[in-house]
Amino acid sequence: MSENNCVTLTIDDKEVTVKKGSTILDAARKLDIDIPTLCFLKDINEVGACRMCLVEVEGARGYLAACVAPAEDGMIVRTNTPKLLDTKKTVLELILSSHEKKCLTCIRNQNCELQKLAEKFGLEDIEFEGEYPEKCFDDSSSCIVRNTAKCILCKRCVNVCKKVQKVAAISTMNRGFKSKVGVALDMGIKDSTCVGCGQCVINCPVGALSEKSNIKELEEMLSSHKKHIVIQTAPATRATIGEEFGEKIGTLMTGKMVSGLKALGFDKVFDTDIGADVTIMEEATELIDRLSNGGKLPMITSCSSGWITFAEKFYPEILDHLSTTKSPMEILGTIIKTYYAKQMKIKPEDIYSVALMPCSAKKAEIERENLLLENGLKPVDNVVTVREMSRLLKKHNIDLSKLEESNFDSPLGIATGAGHIFGRTGGVMEAALRSAAVMLKEPALSKVEFKPSKENQNIKEAKVMIAGKEINIAVVQTLKAASEIMDEISSGDSKYSFIEVMTCPGGCVNGGGQPIIPESVKAKTDYIKLRSSALNKADEKENLRVSIDNPDVQKLYKDFFGKPNSEKAEKLLHTHYTKQDCYCTKK
Amino acid sequence: MELSKKLEKIRKEKKDLTKQTRILVCSGTGCTSSKSMGVLDALTEEVQRQKLKNVTVSKTGCFGFCAKGPIVVVDPDEIFYEMVKKDDSKDIVEALKTGNVCERLLAKDGETLVKKWHELNFYKKQQRLALRNCGKINPEDIEEYIAIGGYTALEKALKMTPDEIIDELQKSGLRGRGGAGFPTYKKWMFTKQVDSLQKYVCCNADEGDPGAFMDRSILEGDPNSVIEAMIIAAYCIGASKGYIYVRAEYPIAVERLKIAIKQAKELGLLGNNIFGTNFSFDLEIRLGAGAFVCGEETALMNSIEGMRGEPRPRPPFPAVKGLFKSPTLLNNVETYANIPEIINKGGDWYASIGTDSSKGTKVFALGGKIKNVGLVEVPMGTTLRDIVYDIGGGISTGKEFKAAQTGGPSGGCIPKEHLDTKIDYESLSKIGSMMGSGGLIVMDEDTCMVNLAKFFLEFTVSESCGKCVPCRIGTKRMLEILTRITEGKGKLEDIEKLEHLASTIKSASLCGLGQTAPNPVLSTLKYFRDEYIAHIVDKKCPAGECKSLSKIHIDPDKCKSCSICQRNCPVGAIKGEIKKGPFEIDESKCIKCGVCMTKCPFKAISKG
Repeated sequence: MSENNCVTLTIDDKEVTVKKGSTILDAARKLDIDIPTLCFLKDINEVGACRMCLVEVEGARGYLAACVAPAEDGMIVRTNTPKLLDTKKTVLELILSSHEKKCLTCIRNQNCELQKLAEKFGLEDIEFEGEYPEKCFDDSSSCIVRNTAKCILCKRCVNVCKKVQKVAAISTMNRGFKSKVGVALDMGIKDSTCVGCGQCVINCPVGALSEKSNIKELEEMLSSHKKHIVIQTAPATRATIGEEFGEKIGTLMTGKMVSGLKALGFDKVFDTDIGADVTIMEEATELIDRLSNGGKLPMITSCSSGWITFAEKFYPEILDHLSTTKSPMEILGTIIKTYYAKQMKIKPEDIYSVALMPCSAKKAEIERENLLLENGLKPVDNVVTVREMSRLLKKHNIDLSKLEESNFDSPLGIATGAGHIFGRTGGVMEAALRSAAVMLKEPALSKVEFKPSKENQNIKEAKVMIAGKEINIAVVQTLKAASEIMDEISSGDSKYSFIEVMTCPGGCVNGGGQPIIPESVKAKTDYIKLRSSALNKADEKENLRVSIDNPDVQKLYKDFFGKPNSEKAEKLLHTHYTKQDCYCTKK
Repeated sequence: MELSKKLEKIRKEKKDLTKQTRILVCSGTGCTSSKSMGVLDALTEEVQRQKLKNVTVSKTGCFGFCAKGPIVVVDPDEIFYEMVKKDDSKDIVEALKTGNVCERLLAKDGETLVKKWHELNFYKKQQRLALRNCGKINPEDIEEYIAIGGYTALEKALKMTPDEIIDELQKSGLRGRGGAGFPTYKKWMFTKQVDSLQKYVCCNADEGDPGAFMDRSILEGDPNSVIEAMIIAAYCIGASKGYIYVRAEYPIAVERLKIAIKQAKELGLLGNNIFGTNFSFDLEIRLGAGAFVCGEETALMNSIEGMRGEPRPRPPFPAVKGLFKSPTLLNNVETYANIPEIINKGGDWYASIGTDSSKGTKVFALGGKIKNVGLVEVPMGTTLRDIVYDIGGGISTGKEFKAAQTGGPSGGCIPKEHLDTKIDYESLSKIGSMMGSGGLIVMDEDTCMVNLAKFFLEFTVSESCGKCVPCRIGTKRMLEILTRITEGKGKLEDIEKLEHLASTIKSASLCGLGQTAPNPVLSTLKYFRDEYIAHIVDKKCPAGECKSLSKIHIDPDKCKSCSICQRNCPVGAIKGEIKKGPFEIDESKCIKCGVCMTKCPFKAISKG
């Protein structure tokens, strides 16, 4: 007999006990029985739409979708009767009959959940070919591209956008065979509420969503080499790029990544982490200033691009709460085209500045007019995601796994551990507190423990003493969680003084430009934790773990900016934000 | 004043409503569209002009004999006038004044004039329970409903325990009239059993089967019976809030519901502490935007919640987690309409009507090639033959009966050999059809059964919500195969493919819409397989309905080359010169409209 809060059931003659409230799929996975799924995404898309997880349950009327059917005591479940398998094979053929099967030239070739199912079922032919749904190709956005010809209407993207990010830029339109995922009034995604975070992309099981790639321009630049080509790599990229080369999730690839990029032809490889260190110098100073001089509180971090767009579209009334400090990428880009150019005696316009990012929203960030330099140049010319860069490296026969390690280039080579952890949720906060601890001579600040808020697991909070005052601070991931706090700020009853917001769940390690992990793997591994702990290890390894202690940063301020929040720093390292329309109907 | 006393007062004042002299004009959608409201105005004016006292002219609900609308009945003698026009009002009032009958407006059975409506063959085998008040009261006046016994069931139910109510329902044997036939008492019991602070009672008035209008007529003719039943249900299961989900395409029903709810609220039948008890209940209307799938219970709830009308996986069932995640009881309009009668007269009385497994009556919307198109209510167990011939008056075209479709796009066809099947839930599913919500479409020899299956599949393809794969893509693929067959491009293995797809769609679809969508194909394949084969192998449509397969041919022996056909052909497909030999049809241009056939004075042109 089962315990009160457990149920015991039999799946394919094997008995299993799971917690009450578990699904048949949970129980099967506990037994390592691989029930195929396609639309399912834990907690986010539990809709039972694709029908690939159907199982036969004794006594039930018809088949049940294992991903949503509750496991019950005494249930006898079969996952592989000939009739059931034939039904599922036909369903799979139906999906393929309306899917554009250009697999060899698909961006998700060999990393496609549908392709894997076709292989699993040993499909040799598709019996029911027929009309295809109307195609809709939308590349209006700088961040993502949507191609409905590949869409299988699993709605993972719709629900990630709605339930995780509360952006709801896309939803299902029309009925029946004419159903499609689209933007209100059939507008381009660019004109919608989309913030470019790319969570839809990394959760798409097929090739219907991808990043907007500007890799061709980069390839041309590299081959013509008319300019001095530099690249910066974001903190989170070193913890994930290995996955694209067959490494285990959580393998730190810093040195090999630098070697790979050099082999590809970049003149200099810089570490965005140093941009992060500068961000901390500016942001920590800004925070202390706001706290001691009655500035706008809570102050909210501003390095996550998707979050900034979200705030401008949905919460224009709180824009003065955002830290004016530019993102680490933009800061480093600015330094490259000013300080570095001057040092190297290269004209800024002769530098092609690339950023390897875990993020698709950064692709839109570089288009922001208020980030342009005085001479009209963009601090960053091209943002490339981890996925795009991996494809380019492979094409050039560069296998990161096989390379020796090398170091980032100076004069902007040294970054602190604090810069590394920017790539995970809570990292910016921790880095800021470490520097604040030094600036304010309050060592306790560097060891703050955050606890999840009772209302929302995606909000973690703590109390700290700064300048004799006890303040509440919070670390927030996902835009939905952020919106809850913004609602409080808008209505004037937020208890916090400083808030870190990361757009993506887990932070940049799970950004929209990161390697795509199939749902079946996500179900078994806490990939966000593995990727984050790689960054934590990198942080622990560093001798320097506080941004303010970074000698390169100190030199930068001494030679160029003066001190944090100086006039020059204000001009080059800070920005402002403007209200954006949620829907742009004007053409 | 106490509510019971208020109702008693109304009943006293309106004593013997049906024995008063009243001119009742059908105000259902059918008669209204044949301008019955103009008739109503004309009659009102005429009565005033002739200064008749104690005569009321009033709207009433559907009489069911829609083929003969607009219908006017003069009570208390129940004199039935058909196809009444505005100009007939003078004669009707004149006849009433002089104690006569206006014979020219009376209905006929064969050559015999029939005076009273219950004496018509159309009504003889009917038993109107759900439609009991349609044609008797003014649906816009709650007092008339009260006067003929309305809300006595509620008063009685509030003195019963919820379990006693459920017992009575169990005894009655009432099953869901929405189509699936789930025992109503079980639904009530399951919802009652769940502990929850918030529960809901909902009414499914999203009638969507093509040609079906049972629920519309009940709501238009007797909205209070549904409201009364919903209040009883709410008391029984412990709900405090209810919704009626009704199609926006039913403007008259919506208007009458609004009026009925407003009047019920004014009297205190809806609101707080109903009949002085602790029980409170509030009722709202929600309009559907026209999606067929919103008649599926979980899609309906999604729609009420303001989300896309898509079904949710079950379990959990609505009784446990329904509207706004709370336990929810959902019944169909016709099911509710029966309940006040069951409470008043007892479950045993109701169970005395019908067959062993299916109790009570069922309303059918008779349509297709039948003489008496309209709404009929018969006891369960009535044969299809009785409905088609005795009530329906037989085939309108004078041709042979071929089959009848019940259950709309979810059901199947019943061929000639099953005309004597006693209609109930089990017998219909045994022969491959289903009860469904009550659409009954009659077909004659000229109906191509492949084309019929295609018609229903076209409907489900366009009404599928698109959520699950088998229904979204599978039905489309079936339709493509059927289209091929009707165009003469089918292959024999297509039949096997259809059957394979049908079984996949039935077993793998998420909701009832998909699970039943292949039924019309499967049942026509079962009974009319030879027609499929004729299309595929002989490239012929035996019924001559499939245009791509029919050829129009001019018999050269009969053709007098007069050129009438040529002049009438809309696409210039006929070649020939006057008096210079027989004309010919250019196959590549002909659209098979058949105009030439009807125009040829020598009957030289035929389809084959």
